[in-house]
Amino acid sequence: MLQDYLPIVILVLIATGMAGLVVLLGHLFGPRRPSARKAQPYESGMRPIGPGTRRMPIRFYLIAVLFILFDIEIVFLLPWAVVFKKLGLFGVAEMLVFILILLVGYVYAWKKGALEWE
Amino acid sequence: MIGDIMTSLWAILPVIVLALWACVLLLVDLWLPKDQQGSQQGESNSPITPLLAALGMLTSAAIVIARIGQPTMGFGGMMMADGFSHFICLLLLASGLVTIGLSHDYMKRLGIARGEYYVLLMFSLSGMMLMSMSADLIMVFLSLELLSIPLYVMAGIATPRPSSEEAALKYFLLGAFASGFLVYGIGLVFGATGSTSLQQIVAVVQSGNYNLALILGGAALIITGLGFKVAIVPFHMWTPDAYQGAPSAVTAFMSVGAKTAGFAALLRVFVLAFPAFSADITPVLWGLAALTMVLGNFAAIAQRNIKRLLAYSSIAHAGYIMMALVPYGQDGLSADSVASALFYLVAYAFTNFAAWAVVIALEQAGEKGLELQDYAGLGRKHPALAAVMAVAMLSFTGVPPTLGFVGKFYLFRTVLEGGHVGLALIGVLTSLVSAFYYLRVIVVMYMQEGEPEARREPWLQAMAYGSAIGVVALSIFSAPLLFLASQAVLKLF
Amino acid sequence: MIPLSFYLIFAAGLFSVGLFGVLARKNAIAILMGIELMLNAVNVNLVAFWRYRMPEMISGQVFAVIVFAVAAAEVAVGLALFISIYRRRGTIAADQIDLMKW
Repeated sequence: MLQDYLPIVILVLIATGMAGLVVLLGHLFGPRRPSARKAQPYESGMRPIGPGTRRMPIRFYLIAVLFILFDIEIVFLLPWAVVFKKLGLFGVAEMLVFILILLVGYVYAWKKGALEWE
Repeated sequence: MIGDIMTSLWAILPVIVLALWACVLLLVDLWLPKDQQGSQQGESNSPITPLLAALGMLTSAAIVIARIGQPTMGFGGMMMADGFSHFICLLLLASGLVTIGLSHDYMKRLGIARGEYYVLLMFSLSGMMLMSMSADLIMVFLSLELLSIPLYVMAGIATPRPSSEEAALKYFLLGAFASGFLVYGIGLVFGATGSTSLQQIVAVVQSGNYNLALILGGAALIITGLGFKVAIVPFHMWTPDAYQGAPSAVTAFMSVGAKTAGFAALLRVFVLAFPAFSADITPVLWGLAALTMVLGNFAAIAQRNIKRLLAYSSIAHAGYIMMALVPYGQDGLSADSVASALFYLVAYAFTNFAAWAVVIALEQAGEKGLELQDYAGLGRKHPALAAVMAVAMLSFTGVPPTLGFVGKFYLFRTVLEGGHVGLALIGVLTSLVSAFYYLRVIVVMYMQEGEPEARREPWLQAMAYGSAIGVVALSIFSAPLLFLASQAVLKLF
Repeated sequence: MIPLSFYLIFAAGLFSVGLFGVLARKNAIAILMGIELMLNAVNVNLVAFWRYRMPEMISGQVFAVIVFAVAAAEVAVGLALFISIYRRRGTIAADQIDLMKW
């Protein structure tokens, strides 16, 4: 039963082998001349500005948490959309209730000022 | 089709009303005028939100009462509104109302009055009510989350007080951990029987077409997951810290509500779906109940902080209620098992609220007034409050004439009828041990000198006296209550 | 076809890794990640059971969707809590949050 997977195993082995080989060749034959500039972090060719691990405003975090909440609820919308026609009016009403409940949360977050930057 | 939907919605109408009310209240609270000083912190001192919340709970309770005696099944057997769920729902709604009474002045006094608190309370309550109705393991999981997530926030509502945040963190981490176990267990039962509906599981078990190892593993993990919620040993580690750190009113609600809902789910799932495996499951429940009673009571002896003492006492009482579950699979005993557990849950709720009302009355800002020593002299200075506390302690111990005594009596009777003499003996002996630390509170209150300060807040006092009177009065007239509990049978399919 | 037991063993392994993470890690976020692993193990289980035992019924899939939607809600509350604690104390190491004994 596992024989079906043999081609995939061979493919994985070849891919890993090739990648390893390329890195190894570069390592063996490439010239190495380190300099301060090369040791700098790469920032699209620009000179790096500021430290790499700057602290983010906490606002991003709040928005991200709100995003997770509203984003993950879409997971219920997708299967609903697939069988939407079969469910008919009941499906519409059901989803309407669901969206309304989310809307309550949205209005709450808005009124509490969670979506404002200042 | 439409008829089906209407019946389904009708079955869970009390919960729908409560949840919708909470949604609307959340929005209404946003537009209510806020106190100018408090508005920076989001504080609101208006009594409108708690009043509206109480009104919502009363409406929901009215619907439940109007429907007693009409068992309804909804959503293809996922939800079951039967005598059992009516009983539990009424107990939960009463707990919610008492919690509002306990919270209102307390939250204002500590400067943490927020409208959201009452909304969260209602959401948590709807989760608990759903849990008592769930006849499907998916619904058990979903309603467990619905009751837990608002409770995590409520435990931390006294932010920026560090101990409250710490309580919320610990409660959250262990609660989420526990739901992982529960849902894994449900997954295994689903794999073993091919369904999550209790009705289907029963049918599959009768046909014999299932995988025994998976179903037993699943049952064990379900006990673990729900055991965390009702705080039985060895899944109790979070309880003392969460109970101590959370605001006292929240703790009172948490200890009654979460325990009631958790045991409701345990009773329904095990009595309905797993009676065939009682030979394997009963010894496990036996061990857990014994361990919980012993450890809870002995650990409570060492406590000097009244909130921690009550936390360990709540662990010990989870052990007593667990005793009722032990003979769940024996023929003719499952109804007794359910009835005595329900009765004890009522006794526990009344007693617990009486004790917590006194704790709240004595708590000072900055978590002062919570040591046992702060209760010295209460008997002389505030005789009424001391009497309430004394009644609560006697009821916890199980001394007549209190509800705790009657509750324990029925529990021990059920256990003895099941033939578990050893367990009943452990129960009696640990009750004797518990007398040591409960009576110490009474001794400190009446025998030692001190100048305790207590609040005179009308609602708080009403709740304290009401619960204490209930503890005594209901024990004298316990027959109707026991009749109600014995009528609250689980509807079979 | 891969037998069902492979999936179950994989899920049990994943669950154990998550369990280890919860018990061994100190950072609250790492503990939360451990819990997520446990829930994902459940999802693997559910979908595998659904596919092998009752592919005609949709409930296994739906359950998996519900589990991760609920997990997201839980994480949102947890992260908000962590931020609040971190701002006050500058740490979310579970063993340093010990005003009260565990």
